[in-house]
Amino acid sequence: MSTDTLTQNGSAKGKSAADLFESPDFYQLDDLLTEEHKLIRSSIRDFVKKEISPFIEDWAERAHFPYEIVKKFGDIGAFGPTVSETYGGGGLDYISYGLIMQEIERGDSGMRSTASVQGSLVMYPIYKFGSEEQKKKYLPKLASGEWLGCFGLTEPDHGSNPSGMVTNFKDAGDHYVLNGAKMWISNAPKAEIAVVWAKDESGRIHGLIVERGMEGFSTPETHGKWSLRASTTGELVFDNVKVPKENLLPGKSGLGAPMMCLDSARYGIAWGAIGAAMDCYDSARRYAIERIQFGKPIGSFQLIQKKLAEMLTEITKAQLLNWKLGMMLDAGKASTSQISLAKRNSVATALDIAREARQIHGGMGITGEYPMMRHMMNLESVVTYEGTHDIHLLILGAEITGIPAFK
Amino acid sequence: MNILVCITHVPDTTSKISFTDDNKKFDTNGVQFIIGPYDDYALARAVELKEQNGGKITVLNVGEAETEPTIRKALAIGADEAVRINAFPKDSFFVANQIAKVAKEGNYDLILMGRESIDFNGGQVHGMVGEMLGMPSLSPVMKLDIEGNTAKVAREIEGGKEYLEVTLPFVAGCQEPIAEWKIPNMRGIMGARSKPLNVIEPDNDEVKTTLENFELPPAKGAVKMIDADNVSELVDLLKNEAKVI
Ligand SMILES: Cc1cc2nc3c(=O)[nH]c(=O)nc-3n(C[C@H](O)[C@H](O)[C@H](O)COP(=O)(O)OP(=O)(O)OC[C@H]3O[C@@H](n4cnc5c(N)ncnc54)[C@H](O)[C@@H]3O)c2cc1C
Repeated sequence: MSTDTLTQNGSAKGKSAADLFESPDFYQLDDLLTEEHKLIRSSIRDFVKKEISPFIEDWAERAHFPYEIVKKFGDIGAFGPTVSETYGGGGLDYISYGLIMQEIERGDSGMRSTASVQGSLVMYPIYKFGSEEQKKKYLPKLASGEWLGCFGLTEPDHGSNPSGMVTNFKDAGDHYVLNGAKMWISNAPKAEIAVVWAKDESGRIHGLIVERGMEGFSTPETHGKWSLRASTTGELVFDNVKVPKENLLPGKSGLGAPMMCLDSARYGIAWGAIGAAMDCYDSARRYAIERIQFGKPIGSFQLIQKKLAEMLTEITKAQLLNWKLGMMLDAGKASTSQISLAKRNSVATALDIAREARQIHGGMGITGEYPMMRHMMNLESVVTYEGTHDIHLLILGAEITGIPAFK
Repeated sequence: MNILVCITHVPDTTSKISFTDDNKKFDTNGVQFIIGPYDDYALARAVELKEQNGGKITVLNVGEAETEPTIRKALAIGADEAVRINAFPKDSFFVANQIAKVAKEGNYDLILMGRESIDFNGGQVHGMVGEMLGMPSLSPVMKLDIEGNTAKVAREIEGGKEYLEVTLPFVAGCQEPIAEWKIPNMRGIMGARSKPLNVIEPDNDEVKTTLENFELPPAKGAVKMIDADNVSELVDLLKNEAKVI
């Protein structure tokens, strides 16, 4: 190997060319990061270039969830980075968490979904609302990737309106009996445990930890997705499942409990979606300079320059928004509606950029040689889950007017 | 097993290279710095050897304060402690002197580094350090296994490989495939915060070279395509235009 072919990302190459991604930093926002933040970002970027980019088009094409990535995510520390080290987490701040999500989703939104469900929706509620025994039993195994977890809130008939859920449990003396079904649950088919939100006999929502192998519990896979194809999605079906009483999360009940988890996950999405946008922009920028039409690089045409300039503008704005939101979260000062604004803004921005970037690639843009179509299709889930684009608008509307439009 | 790994702090391999000060100074503006890729192999092998045999890894860099993020990365990858010799690495002899001084005091079983840095590509430091310490020095080492007090080493030589056995301690200049580069994980990065990084002043200011100025290699010319049947045109161009035959 000659030194000018040395790259810091190993030698694995898939069917598409080597991953040369570089993130834009037009406003020198790196000045706002610590050296440790930058090391975290470069490490996760190297990880993605080695473990995800060379294979992702193939996984997505085959709708294959690469289960071995779970252990690798555990090893690199992508699960529960903000959870305390006492329980196997990273003990890192929210800026670090954001950067990790940005880099993973830069690779693929489905891979980021796997990681953010495990961290924000499974480890987070156990960490925040769990008993000491529950934390000790589950968190280290989830952090290391020995176990995969999932989060069951959405039901077939209750998506945007989770408070209408019908999944319920009854007190049967020394255990609970759980009945109902959850739908659209990321990680479900391969999950060892599920954090399930269900109503007690008085109609109050609680979190329960349901383990694979409990009688009456099954996780059928959802097929035919044209989005997040490398992430596995399924249902959770509870048919008189006996759940030990010590599996109830004692720390918090009511809809506010799952909503707190969603706040954490939505924050990660705000960073993640911009990662996907950066990947599309980076690819478009390179292509525009290399592709010759009418005897010139297409990047010399004003219409292409407009597209690129607008992409960079929107990415830069979102980067600053995400950074400030992270600082507020670290200070314990971020509100749900502030998180809604960022999630909504980032995903919409990313979808626009994916489409424009795809156009810049012309016909080549529809193939798996380039990442835009995959990102674009993935982002259709991201704009829907964790609160749809419009529901976040209504959360902001309620904040502005004091009058909720969705109750 | 007590291992010293010497790392360089060098421009990323994709950096655009330019100079300032009348071509006397490398322009670091906008340049990302990394652990020298060959040093990174040495460090990765050291981490594996420590996993197998136990012991301690000390990472050493001769450099000014701005190299500390690079040193922290080495700590995050798995070194236990670090030494920074607070001086600009003026030339190979100067650097070798600083390393030898630390090595004499440290009682190391192994002193590993890259076969060469990727800024000046001198490839001299390991040889000089070996000489200064009176130890064998081998390079480029592409395989290194330890059995008790001896090491089995494979070295790349012209047209083949050379297999050697050498008694510890010794110095090795490493290259791939001695180990795979290690990506620091989040736990390693957190742990690196509290690992010791000792800064010591240089010992001996002697240098053997002085820098006159830098020059970039000539820009790559355009490719000329010549029809496969037209050998005489090719010969003509090689003779009269490229002037290589
Ligand atoms: C790939 C994927 C993975 C997922 N993973 C998980 C998971 O791990 N765990 C989990 O619990 N859920 C998960 N979900 C579910 C996701 O959160 C829901 O799909 C989402 O909340 C929307 O619910 P719904 O699909 O039932 O749509 P609906 O709620 O039926 O919405 C349909 C449309 O109506 C609009 N709408 C609804 N109410 C209003 C209103 N009041 N005013 C105006 N417009 C309204 C919505 O914005 C939307 O456009 C996942 C979904 C997908 C696609």
